[in-house]
Amino acid sequence: MTALEDAKSQLSKALGEDLLGAEPMPTFGAVTVENLMIRVRREAWVKIGETLRDVLNCKWFDFLSAIDWMESPFGRQLDTEQDEEESFTAPPPIEWGILGGETRLQILARVRTVGKSADTQLGVILKADLPDEEPAIDSWASVYPGSDWNEREVWEMFGIRFDGHPGLRHIYLPSEFEGYPLRKDFPLLARKVKPWPGVVDVEQMPGLDNEEEENVTN
Amino acid sequence: MSQTEQLSYIAGQAADARLNLELETDGMVINLGPQHPATHGTLRLVARLEGEEVVEAEPIMGYMHRGYEKLAEVRTYLQVTALINRIDWLGSFANEVPFILGAEQLMEIEVPDRARWIRTLLFELSRIANISLFLGEMGLQLGAVTPAFFAFRDREFVLNQIEQVTGGRFHPNFDRIGGLKDDLPAGWIAETKSVMKRMRTFCDEIEDLLVGNEVFETRMRGIGVIPAEVGLSYGLSGANIRASGVDWDLRRDEPVGLVYDQLDWKVWTHPDGDSFARYWVRVQEVREATKMVEQILDGLPSGPIMAKVPRIIKVPKGEAYIQTENPLGAMGYYIISKGDLTPFRLKIRSASFNNISITPWLLKGTLVPDIITILGSLYFILGDIDR
Repeated sequence: MTALEDAKSQLSKALGEDLLGAEPMPTFGAVTVENLMIRVRREAWVKIGETLRDVLNCKWFDFLSAIDWMESPFGRQLDTEQDEEESFTAPPPIEWGILGGETRLQILARVRTVGKSADTQLGVILKADLPDEEPAIDSWASVYPGSDWNEREVWEMFGIRFDGHPGLRHIYLPSEFEGYPLRKDFPLLARKVKPWPGVVDVEQMPGLDNEEEENVTN
Repeated sequence: MSQTEQLSYIAGQAADARLNLELETDGMVINLGPQHPATHGTLRLVARLEGEEVVEAEPIMGYMHRGYEKLAEVRTYLQVTALINRIDWLGSFANEVPFILGAEQLMEIEVPDRARWIRTLLFELSRIANISLFLGEMGLQLGAVTPAFFAFRDREFVLNQIEQVTGGRFHPNFDRIGGLKDDLPAGWIAETKSVMKRMRTFCDEIEDLLVGNEVFETRMRGIGVIPAEVGLSYGLSGANIRASGVDWDLRRDEPVGLVYDQLDWKVWTHPDGDSFARYWVRVQEVREATKMVEQILDGLPSGPIMAKVPRIIKVPKGEAYIQTENPLGAMGYYIISKGDLTPFRLKIRSASFNNISITPWLLKGTLVPDIITILGSLYFILGDIDR
């Protein structure tokens, strides 16, 4: 816990206004590693990476990804109450997760310290808002070389441009692929062609009403 | 032009031509894969060569990309575990654990002790099944066929034990939110103990066969050296980073919901960082895992294996990130839930993707035959890269 508080104060000293929010990730039960979640301004992305690497000693690159916070216009395609037809016309307002947000697309990344001693274990989860039209952010390839491939994946899956990246090429998808599959407005065509039979699995047990159901062991 | 002049002119032209031929050599581009019997899946590697030396190497993936992150958004939590079994298919149970632990974090479920112990037990059994195959296949990639046969033979005993508990050799789909599907079958504990003895003998056999063998040593020692700093910045994890001398193991340093802190075991590291070190660390890890399994079997508490959970699982709103030390390295799931039946977003951090992202850097300047040993010693599974 002390390592976390330390990290928080060091970060706010080093980043100043670029740090939009910081709080420990809520946990339950016996978790030995505390994750510090921070939300930062995207203009200072590289500077933040360098600060984490050099000041907080977070030398290990974990992952870099993105979140599309828009509600899917197609519902969850499970034939449940979330899949009502009107959601097609008016998607519900965006609700952000921990530390909030302002835009639809957010970058999500994590770095971590490594080593043996228990009091230096610290993970930092970063979020950064990206503008809605033409989402772009600076590349971390010079700070953490491991982010190179992660950024290529995010680029093709979310359509987020990484400025200064050594070569933004497709990594999984064929080069003539159109669209950004992990955005919520990209339809999952398999579900359009054939309805999902999985609804059977979440059907209520016969003879149970809602109050009983809460206490039944699976 | 006199005849002499003419002759000398022709000779000069010929000499120039020969000189040009020797100087302006074109690099050669070779293509390895996508089908190769020693890769677990289909990986294509395009390498530009200058003679025997690799100038540039670029792995090309995506042949097995199944889009689990998108598929998980339209599946209930129970259905997602069936999908993520297929990520690292040689140690499938280990894939389920961090996801289930993450969902339990959000639902605030206290898992019974016995379930936690059996989870750790199956986790280590899948580690043994997974890595023991690597120990044999590494020999196969260097032209030794016997170790591969030994590995396939002895791995089967571990898979049988896993099958007896879960019903599946490769895809158990056994972990549930709140505990486990079933308890251990009768007579299983004694049998597993004898299998663990057998796996230790297997480690000795493999070491006798390969370690100290001249061909094996010369092709592994000093080849593909990864300095610790570089490995960390590329996000390497598991035995790959421990072979570079980094004393860091998530089982010891981040034992989320498992019982590693109650066992007596050791984290093995090797200072060299070469292909041999990566092999050696894995041999020790299998040995250590067999000892852990025995300790778990001795200390298994009695009690229920399932906590009380609602029948219809709706995970409350929130975000959780859980990471465990899987056979291939650190694997994590970032779960974002909005209180629905399905995850809102599931980010899968798989070990092999980052482990292999170092290859363009690592293969630069190596010789062609070393490509195979380096890729082999990094030990990736394509399902774990392509997801």
